Amino acid sequence: MANQVIAGHEVAVDDEGFMTDPSQWSEEIATVLAKNIAIDTLTDDHWKVIKWLREDFAVEGETATLRRVSTLGGVGTKEMYTLFPKKPAKKMSYVAGLPKPKGCV
Amino acid sequence: MKKLLVLGAGTAGTTAVNRLRPRLDADDWKITIVDQSQTHYYQPGFLFIPFGIYGQRDVERPRSDFIAPGIDMVVGEIELIEPADNRVRMADGRVLDYDYLVIATGTHARPDQTPGFEEGYGDTIHEFYTLPGAMALAEKLRTWEGGRLVVNIMEYPFKCPVAPLEFTFLADWWFREQGIRDKVELIYATPMADVFTKPVAAKHLGHLLEEKGVTVVPDFYVERIDNEKHALVSFDEREVTFDLLVPVPVNMGAEVIGRSGMGDELNHVPVDKGNFLSRDHDNVFAIGDAADLPTSKAGSVAHFAVEVFTENFLRYIEGLSMLEEFDGHANCFIESGHGKGLLIDFNYDTEPLPGKFPLPGIGPFTLLQETPANHWGKMMFRWVYWNILLRGRELPLPAEMMLAGKER
Repeated sequence: MANQVIAGHEVAVDDEGFMTDPSQWSEEIATVLAKNIAIDTLTDDHWKVIKWLREDFAVEGETATLRRVSTLGGVGTKEMYTLFPKKPAKKMSYVAGLPKPKGCV
Repeated sequence: MKKLLVLGAGTAGTTAVNRLRPRLDADDWKITIVDQSQTHYYQPGFLFIPFGIYGQRDVERPRSDFIAPGIDMVVGEIELIEPADNRVRMADGRVLDYDYLVIATGTHARPDQTPGFEEGYGDTIHEFYTLPGAMALAEKLRTWEGGRLVVNIMEYPFKCPVAPLEFTFLADWWFREQGIRDKVELIYATPMADVFTKPVAAKHLGHLLEEKGVTVVPDFYVERIDNEKHALVSFDEREVTFDLLVPVPVNMGAEVIGRSGMGDELNHVPVDKGNFLSRDHDNVFAIGDAADLPTSKAGSVAHFAVEVFTENFLRYIEGLSMLEEFDGHANCFIESGHGKGLLIDFNYDTEPLPGKFPLPGIGPFTLLQETPANHWGKMMFRWVYWNILLRGRELPLPAEMMLAGKER
């Protein structure tokens, strides 16, 4: 656990750089986080996923899995791989300022 | 007369009714348990069938043998749960009403969820999550001459998270016994970054796979199976070809849960993870694999959870607050081949660690290490399951996980 200054705001992050307090998140911060993982521009499609993830987290208290987003959030798994290449579950939650989804054992 | 209705007579449902019956006055409480089939399967035993270690007779018993006197057993298919009206409709037209409902309908392998699975099923694609599947795989392995065997996890969560690892370890051992290990390439493809979800165990188990010459393909999330190319195809267009594919199919809760509007995206019932009360209905609980708990879907979890559930339920019906908090305790033997096994013990907050179990420093079981004692623990467990666990008798193990005996 440490604090990091992102877009001029001091936010709490974990060892891997994931934000640990969702209330500190802002769209401005998301834009910087996206650049950190080589996503230069957040398109409307990116925002759709990010906003849905945050709304779902506010109700469920856990970050949605890819299947949950594709079933309930209306964005297909394939599209998530295009938007957030290689590791969409991890990258989406990182940009949305949420914990990475727990790989349920 | 109050009515308790339990849906599903598997590990969780059976244990729950057997524990509750002696503690609920027979004059005041009617207990009914429903299941669609007459047969109770010892599901951990399916793993051993492909290798001829167990046969059909080792893993099935009549459900009625395990339902204590004083409990009504209804056999039939459940059509719909109507929680607003406190009743359950059966496919044959019967209507069962209740004061309290316990959902224990489990989670199930769903090959239909992956395009291409059903077309190749029984030929180059086999699975060991059903009895017919495990028996067909045994038949296939008996005459298989070698090639690329791919073990693949299609989705999380799934029943018994160590089973695909065990299958891989046993396959390595079995092909050595048959004298064809040099003709078999073993591949383990998983959607996760590691071979297990918890770091310390992932390191130990990953090392074991490496020792046994298994190639791990991480971050591989399957979209479909291409039966012409004999290849798994991932969402990001990578391919893993196979001669024989043994996937863990997508697991989903019972369809009736989805039909009744009571499930999440995988038909698992959202509950309070400490006491299993439904998040939507205050007289409905979900226990065992049917619930959306963030822990393993496994019989050991169901067992520990039912102990907590029983105590809480008895307080809840008296209008008292539920005191016990389930900690997510799971305890799994991992068969690793050559007469050895490992054991892991963990909960929501503590990952599997090395050490001794259940007696700190003594054992007889060793956590996260291959020993013959762990193998014998696994083999004896079948007797424990039929004779102690299902009948709701006490095992000399606390429901809550202990840190004593574990090493950081």
